[in-house]
Amino acid sequence: MKVLVPVKRVLDYNLKVRVKPDGSGVDLSNLKMSINPFCEIAIEEAVRMKEGGGGHAKDSVQEVVAVSIGPDQAQETLRNALAIGADRGILVKADGEVEPLAVAKILKGVIEAEKPDLVILGKQAIDDDNNATAQMLAALLDWPQATFASKIVLAGSKATVTREVDGGLQTLDVELPAIISTDLRLNEPRYASLPNIMKAKKKPIDAKTPADYGVDTAPRLTTVKTAEPGKRQAGIKVKTTAELVGKLKEAGVI
Amino acid sequence: MAVLVVAEHDNASVKDATNKVVTAAKAMGDDVDVLVAGSNAGGAAAAAAKIDGVRKVLHADGATLAKQMAEPLEALIVPLAANYDAILFPASTTGKNAAPRVAAKLDVMQVSGVIGVEGVDTFVRPIYAGNAIITVKDSQAKKVLTVQPTAFKAAGNGGSASVETTAAPAGPFKSAFVGEEMAKSDRPELTAAKRVVSGGRALGSSEEFHKVLEPLADKLGAAIGASRAAVDAGYAPNDYQVGQTGKVVAPELYVAIGISGAIQHLAGMKDSKVIVAINKDEDAPIFQVADYGLVADYKAAVPELMDELTKAGV
Repeated sequence: MKVLVPVKRVLDYNLKVRVKPDGSGVDLSNLKMSINPFCEIAIEEAVRMKEGGGGHAKDSVQEVVAVSIGPDQAQETLRNALAIGADRGILVKADGEVEPLAVAKILKGVIEAEKPDLVILGKQAIDDDNNATAQMLAALLDWPQATFASKIVLAGSKATVTREVDGGLQTLDVELPAIISTDLRLNEPRYASLPNIMKAKKKPIDAKTPADYGVDTAPRLTTVKTAEPGKRQAGIKVKTTAELVGKLKEAGVI
Repeated sequence: MAVLVVAEHDNASVKDATNKVVTAAKAMGDDVDVLVAGSNAGGAAAAAAKIDGVRKVLHADGATLAKQMAEPLEALIVPLAANYDAILFPASTTGKNAAPRVAAKLDVMQVSGVIGVEGVDTFVRPIYAGNAIITVKDSQAKKVLTVQPTAFKAAGNGGSASVETTAAPAGPFKSAFVGEEMAKSDRPELTAAKRVVSGGRALGSSEEFHKVLEPLADKLGAAIGASRAAVDAGYAPNDYQVGQTGKVVAPELYVAIGISGAIQHLAGMKDSKVIVAINKDEDAPIFQVADYGLVADYKAAVPELMDELTKAGV
C-alpha cells in the first residue's frame, strides 16, 4: 500500500506573528519557516504505518510519498518529511499564495499519477487556518473522507477512523482509497535523528509545476486588508475573593 | 441575494449556532432559507421555522442524514446550490467537515471562519490563530462560508416560516458511521454556555483539575473548559479545549484558573463579556485581557471564592 502525505511550509509556530504596518499582510521576511505541525503529524502517522509502530501492523504500508506545493524553499519542508521517514518527495513549484481549492486540484493531479491507497493531510495550516484542503480533495476525487482523526486503524480495504467532533468522538469506516485529516492527538511526531537527516538528503525529490497538472493557481479571494486583532483592555486587579464577588455582582454576571 | 443556512441541530431542536449564522446571512441578503438535514428531524425543522427573518425551511429527512456526514450532505446540498447565491455553514465540526466538500464540487473557494460580514462580498476572518485579522473580498458568483457563530448575535425565535420537504440522498456512500462516544454531562455545552470555568496547566494533574473546577462549575451552572497546555498534559479531554485549535467561546462570564493566557488560548475566549483570571504569577498575560484579576494561588482562592459566592447567595 502507498500513502501520499501533502506537507505545507509555514511560519514556525513558535514565532510571534507581526502584521505589516501598512496592513498589506503578515511580515515573513527573514523568519524561520517550518513544516506545518498538523502535516508533521500526518507524515509521522504514515511512517508508523510503514514501520509497524503506533498500533499499526508492520508493513501495512510499503511506500510513503511526501508532496509540497510552494516556493523552492519548500524543498526544506520535504527534506524534513523525508528525515522523519518518507521515501521520496514531489515539489510542485508555485510562488505566492496558493488557495486550498487550487492545492486540492494540484493534489488530484498528483494522485492520478501516483495512485496512492490513502492520503493523510493535516486538518489545517497554522497560517491561513482554512481547514479545507482535505475535504476539497476528497470531493474532487469522489473519495470518502475522515477529518480530524485521533486514531486510525487499517483493516484490509478499509480504515476505521476515530474523529474529534464537538462534544466527543465519532468513529467511521471509510473504504480505501480515502482521505484522512489529522488532529493534534493522533500522535506525537519524533525528532528526526542526525543520521536520518543525512539520509534524507539523498532521497529523491521530483520537481513539478501546477501547469503539469493543468491547474491555474490564481487566487479566487482577494485580501483587502490585514490588521492586528482588536486589543481587549486590561481591567483591574482585585485583592480578595470577596471583592471579586462584589464586582461580579455589580457587573450583573452572577 | 438568496442565502442558504445549513442548520446546526440534534434532530429534536436547532442549536443556538443556527440563529447566529442566520444573523450573518441577513447581513448579506433578505432571502434567507434554513436547511435542516437529519433523520426524524421534524422537531428541528419546526424550531428552525421560528427563527426571525427566515423565508422558508428546507427539511431533508432520511437515514443517510442521521449523522450529518460529509458525503451525504454534499450530495444533498450541491443540487440545492443552484437556487442560492451563498451557502453558510456554522464553523462547528459538522460544518467544517462538509462545507469545503460542497465548495469544491461547486468550484468555489470557501471563506473559512467568518467573524464579520461587511456587505454581500466582503468578509472578515482570523488567520494565524487569531494573531491577524483579514478582510477578504469574494467576487465568485457563488459563495460558500463557514461562520464563527460566537461572533454574531442570535436571531430571535418569533418567526413562522413555512417548511418545505426535500428528498434525502439515497446513497450508498463510501463511509459508514460506526459509533460515537459523547461526553455525558449535566453541565451546559461549552460553546453555548453562559458561564465557563476553565483550568490550565497550573492545576498539575487530572485529579486536581476535576476536584478544583467541578464544584465551582456546579455552583455557577458553568461549562468546564481547559487550556491547550492542560489538554496536552492529559488533565482534561480534548473537547474541553478552548482556543484557536479548540473551541471558540464567548460566554457572559469566563473564569480562567491557573491559565497563563497563551495567544492561542486568548483567541478562543477574548470575546467573553466578563473575564476573571486567578493566577499566582502576576505577570501572566491572561491579566492583560482580564476584567478582574486576582493574583493568588488557586488552591486557597477557589475554596474562598466558593464561600464568598455562597455568602452572596449564588
